[in-house]
Amino acid sequence: MQTEIVFAGFGGQGALFAGQIMAFTGMDAGLAVTWMPSYGPEMRGGTANCQVIISDEEIGSPLTRTPLAAVIMNLPSLDKFEDRIAPGGVMIVNSSLVNRQPTRTDVDWLMIPAQEIAESLGNRRLLNMVMLGALLQKLPVISIEALEKGLDVHLPERHRKFLKPNIEAIRQGAAFARGELTVEATPGANGHEPEVIPPTSV
Amino acid sequence: MDTPQTEVQTVYIRPASLSGTPTHYCPGCTHGIAHRLVAEVLDEMNVREQTIGVAPVGCSVFAYNYFNCDFVEAAHGRAPAMATGIKRVMPNHIVFTYQGDGDLASIGMSEIMHVAGRGENITVIFINNTIYGMTGGQMAPTTLPGQRTTSSPNGRDVETMGYPLHMAELLAQQPGAGYVVRRSLHDPKNIRQAKKAIRVAFEAQKRGLGFSLVELLSTCPTNWGVTPREALGWLEEHMIPVYPLQDFKVIPTLAELKF
Amino acid sequence: MTKELLEGNFAMAEAAVRAGCEAYFGYPITPQTEILEWMSHRMPELKRTFLQAESEVAAINMVYGAACTGTRVMSSSSSPGVSLMMEGLSYIAGTEVPVVLIDVVRGGPGLGNIAPAQSDYNQLNHGGGHGDYHQIVLAPASVQEAIDMTVLAFELAEKYRNIVVVMADGSVGQMMEPAELPEMRPVTRIQGDWPVTGNVGRPPRVLTSIYIDPPAEEVYNHKILNKWYDIQANEIRYKEYYLDDADFVVVGFGTAGRIALTSVRAARAEGIKVGLLRPITTSPFPFSQLDELSKRAQGMLVVEMNTGQMLDDVRLAAKGRLPVEFYGRPGGMMPFPDDILGEIRRLAHTPLTTEGDPRKRWMDRVRTGELMLR
Repeated sequence: MQTEIVFAGFGGQGALFAGQIMAFTGMDAGLAVTWMPSYGPEMRGGTANCQVIISDEEIGSPLTRTPLAAVIMNLPSLDKFEDRIAPGGVMIVNSSLVNRQPTRTDVDWLMIPAQEIAESLGNRRLLNMVMLGALLQKLPVISIEALEKGLDVHLPERHRKFLKPNIEAIRQGAAFARGELTVEATPGANGHEPEVIPPTSV
Repeated sequence: MDTPQTEVQTVYIRPASLSGTPTHYCPGCTHGIAHRLVAEVLDEMNVREQTIGVAPVGCSVFAYNYFNCDFVEAAHGRAPAMATGIKRVMPNHIVFTYQGDGDLASIGMSEIMHVAGRGENITVIFINNTIYGMTGGQMAPTTLPGQRTTSSPNGRDVETMGYPLHMAELLAQQPGAGYVVRRSLHDPKNIRQAKKAIRVAFEAQKRGLGFSLVELLSTCPTNWGVTPREALGWLEEHMIPVYPLQDFKVIPTLAELKF
Repeated sequence: MTKELLEGNFAMAEAAVRAGCEAYFGYPITPQTEILEWMSHRMPELKRTFLQAESEVAAINMVYGAACTGTRVMSSSSSPGVSLMMEGLSYIAGTEVPVVLIDVVRGGPGLGNIAPAQSDYNQLNHGGGHGDYHQIVLAPASVQEAIDMTVLAFELAEKYRNIVVVMADGSVGQMMEPAELPEMRPVTRIQGDWPVTGNVGRPPRVLTSIYIDPPAEEVYNHKILNKWYDIQANEIRYKEYYLDDADFVVVGFGTAGRIALTSVRAARAEGIKVGLLRPITTSPFPFSQLDELSKRAQGMLVVEMNTGQMLDDVRLAAKGRLPVEFYGRPGGMMPFPDDILGEIRRLAHTPLTTEGDPRKRWMDRVRTGELMLR
């Protein structure tokens, strides 16, 4: 049994790190994992993505054309990966930055205002963990508890102070995916009333 | 009647640092003199058994046959890089390269500049005879303006072939250089001065004072197409005005040394 | 030791450190710069030698110099940089000093790109520098293999006084997988009768690649060829998957080989009796293993991330006994498993021939659009 997940966004959104935490947690569970980044000039501000494979046997290809799931942090990533997700797969889309919904009807997708949720926790850089929490709610390839433990073990020492906020972000993302959390959109600069963003899914 | 006492005086002995293998150099070539000066210095400093030489590509490609110490043979121009590799893992050994002008100033320009830039604690003996000897007398980066060679048959035209490179001057500019001088091998007085300079260069290395280089103006009677005696005169008359015999970089500690 | 999630480039660098590598000389080039960067802090921390050279030309000659002293030494680079090292590698081969080089291969020719490729197979396995010599080439397909091959590279280099190249690609270099690093072994210098260390109490030693008299050079050429036969007899390594009852055999090395593994499994699930041979030493090449397989299989498929370089070796081994087909993605493109699955289906379900040129057949299919590149 093998699960492939793409994490995609622009540089700085934490797509690569979210994938790494997923890979760490899979490894800790005794599974075979690979973490394969796109690399090169893209690292400097362009799109960044990685593919994580979690399997119960030796992994052959570290990349697949049709991953089972995707965490989509910006519009170019949705354009790039939407058609490639395997039928029956899962797509978590950052509605804070992606201004269209997926058109796939054979994929379980979720629009999540990940940036607003992260900002409500005081740090927009928690966006990746919010989306990861939502992903695991939809695709329980590993448990949220295992992921939290993975963070605890593998978060770099210099980032330890972010452990609690990271865990909270994962939980809020999962709660949103369960429909247990609604979020107030950040008021626009022109002073409009905050808009309530409900979970959107197929 | 007492037997007259005869005092035997040594007037010539081969330095222990020379192997005794007859050289393949042409008659009148000054490589032999340069080898001997280096060997005498290694003997006087008693460092022969701690020395690793790096031979170049060029006429002195077989230099390792003539020295009585460990030696390696580098690719063309790469002797400074190879010497760097050796010195970095054998920092207490004496490491020197022996390079001609094509090797050092043309194909090996990058390597020589960067050992100087790094202040690599090695010694370079640089033989400048303004010509490619081993391949039969082609233009070198040090060939004088107007000088005829087999690849500048009408004389070096600076408009199309550029100007000779002044390596000692150039390398002395690098902060990593501790000792950079130019000497000549065209007469006994200059040879004695050349030997002193070689001694200072090796002393600089022994003291860890950075990159050291002695440029030696040398002759190539065969490829210049003159007799050995004429070659010495040609060097004095034509080369020294272009390549002045000077100290280009002598850090103060070295200036105080007397040999 | 337990498994850690390690990036390939980092893992190879730390494996070299733990294998007792005492000196590293290199020059930055993507996609292997992480090796240089790791060495730049790790080696000084352990009081070992690290130097960023002014060029790959200088780097390999620094390696050459250090190797002449009996020091465990290495460099790493990627394709264009390795081209620059060819001069030095030839001299090293001509002097018989042990050297390890990691080449994280990228797309070419020329400046090419920085994506994973296998287009330097011929350069590393069949040539490179001038003159008659052979390099041992190890082709890891995973981070764990990259570690193990790096350690093995030093052992083989010293055992045979030979160049050993770890031929990785950008995929192996950049990916992360769980892997286990070896224990730290102490640094030692080779105490043979050849390193130049200063001639205390012994005659001087000279290390050179010059044999100016052709008869002496001929003797040297014979000597290193005979050494190569020893290496061929003792050091061939490969991995087999599902070959016991295989009617069809896929052959691929490194990343192409592991991608093919996914395809082979999928084909097995469809009932196609197909297996995979993944050479780990591409030089020496597992000729006799392929020779045996060619006697009992019905067809072979060579998969590479180039335009068919190992293909020639496979055809040499197969001796025209069975059809050999080719599928390649050059230029820094990585095939997906379903690409290769399609080729396995074609192998199993369409008439094949031993006639003609498989590379040309493949190129024609691409050119005419029969084979869609996705």
